[in-house]
Amino acid sequence: MNSPLVRVENLQVMFAMRGGLVLPGKAPKMIHALDGISFDIQRGEILAMVGESGCGKTTLARAILRLITPSAGKIFFNQRDITLLKGTSLRNLRRHMQMIFQDPYESLDPRQSIYELLEEPLLIHYPDITQNDREVQVFKALEASGLHPAREISARYPHHLSGGQRQRVAIAAAMILEPEFVVTDEPVSMLDVSIRAEILKLMLDLRDLKNLTYLFITHDLSLAWMISDRIIVLYLGKIVEIGSTQDVIHHALHPYTRALVSVIPLPQPGIQKQQIILEGDTPSPLDIPAGCRFLLRCWKWRQLNCPAVCKEKEPILQAYGCESHKVACHFAEGA
Amino acid sequence: MALLEIIDLAVEFKSRAGTVHAVDGVNLYLEAGKVLGIAGESGCGKTTTMLSIPRLLPRNADIIGGKILFNTENLLLKSEEDMEKIRWRQISVIFQGAMNALNPVKTIGSQIGEAIFHHEPRVSRADVSRRTSELLDMVGIASARSSSYPHEFSGGMRQRVMIAMALACHPQLVIADEPVTALDVMVQAQILNLLKSLCAQLGLSMILISHDLSVIAETCQRAAIMYAGKLVEQGRVEQLFNQPAHPYTQRLLRAFPNIYAAKKFLVGIPGYPPNLVNPPLGCRFFERCHVRLEQCKTSEPQTITVEPDHLAACHLLRETKQ
Repeated sequence: MNSPLVRVENLQVMFAMRGGLVLPGKAPKMIHALDGISFDIQRGEILAMVGESGCGKTTLARAILRLITPSAGKIFFNQRDITLLKGTSLRNLRRHMQMIFQDPYESLDPRQSIYELLEEPLLIHYPDITQNDREVQVFKALEASGLHPAREISARYPHHLSGGQRQRVAIAAAMILEPEFVVTDEPVSMLDVSIRAEILKLMLDLRDLKNLTYLFITHDLSLAWMISDRIIVLYLGKIVEIGSTQDVIHHALHPYTRALVSVIPLPQPGIQKQQIILEGDTPSPLDIPAGCRFLLRCWKWRQLNCPAVCKEKEPILQAYGCESHKVACHFAEGA
Repeated sequence: MALLEIIDLAVEFKSRAGTVHAVDGVNLYLEAGKVLGIAGESGCGKTTTMLSIPRLLPRNADIIGGKILFNTENLLLKSEEDMEKIRWRQISVIFQGAMNALNPVKTIGSQIGEAIFHHEPRVSRADVSRRTSELLDMVGIASARSSSYPHEFSGGMRQRVMIAMALACHPQLVIADEPVTALDVMVQAQILNLLKSLCAQLGLSMILISHDLSVIAETCQRAAIMYAGKLVEQGRVEQLFNQPAHPYTQRLLRAFPNIYAAKKFLVGIPGYPPNLVNPPLGCRFFERCHVRLEQCKTSEPQTITVEPDHLAACHLLRETKQ
């Protein structure tokens, strides 16, 4: 087996709470956004990360891209420790990892023409190439993202384009430096369904063409099922389940994953399915309960007459059934 | 007897680029106690059609033709004063994204109370506070929280408040515009279940506007699909999802993943909807259609009954029927 492209070891990210009165001698309250996260991403793989808002999905992506510095743990990219990289070496790393954001209406600078938008990363990372070469590359990136004719499109500004076209520009901008690893944060949730499939297809085609590796962040499990090879389920800053897409969707082990899968709306009327509805919202990462973090919303815990172990001991992520399918639950079992 | 019947509705918007023919010849009905779904892409006219019912369109919009019969009375002939009596007391709306438009400096309870006071000025204070707690209770919020402010609530809770507000004056019909968009999956399921149970419990009729066909499949009895200002297909959800007749509906359905079906890659619909300032002469889906005929370019398809209660507007259906 080849070595993974990205390896995350025991990653922890904490934020200090802002605001309020900081008294001398009193430490500010800390938010544990991520706690003890470990996983690998293989080269050429699409790894989906799912979970509710506030579970730490975006924080994890930002930590891997080194947009924020983790509080503890290690991140390896191409077997190189990048956890504490700074300055020039960090900047050199940036061209190998890129991000595509959720909202193409906000992620593109409205005052830059499409040409300027795509030229900028080249100017920063390859200041020595000639203007002609830059032009060739910009047009190539636009064409590869399905924007024809490139010359005409490149003269326009973001407000001239539709949502789908803007997202194609964002993809072209991410791809122009030929990165190895791309993080996409809900890349299609702002787009109309008829446009969505086209954008996903483009992302898959680019992966095949350039042997890209994706971390695909989404709250939509059916989308994750559609395009990913493996899925990570996050809950309150912890991985609760990780495994192949097939295993996580159709043989979910964690009570949280099983609930999430049970409420996926289906484009098929009249199907009788057993919905597991969780009450309330994700609790605040400010006061994380001892023991299992999911306890307060866990339907299974109540079904099992509230075993004490869930309250006392935090479950660890361990393999169940096969080596690649891991779950963090004291009472893991399939549906 | 239908509670609501829309006949040949046409709505135009005046804009700087010219007159936008946003809704053109829409025919639709809703029976009492049922949930009707409206789906389509952004800009297809679904919200415009539905906001024509309580006549809550923006100022630059004009309803230029058609009838809207509500309890057999044509709402388009009513005076503004009469409409004011119908709004909220008979027809209410859960506006898209309105949960983020709650007044941040007023308590939840006073905002619900405001809706009641506005539409029933003679109601007593004690009555309002009793009804507010009942409403909160009905949507699953502890009535003690009526003195909380919007920022103390999560998105799902604020949407529950919006639902309570829509039900404040016991309407017969509720129009819900994208009520679960931008909510987490679990909260989405909670809200949809709440809406379904409220409809059953109160005998409400509801129109659910959504771009998500899966949400419509699970919530509605009948559904209608709109494209570029036209209604292209309508029918019971079983008919629409199992035997879609219009090419647009067929393609739209293939754009939704179904985790219990074989993993086929989603198929998008290449191209974009036409500009509604100068709508095309023939079928509006012509440019993007995968099975178009010669005649589709120039002649507009008529609505055809595919099966009882299942209508679609496509030339191909007439061809195959003959």
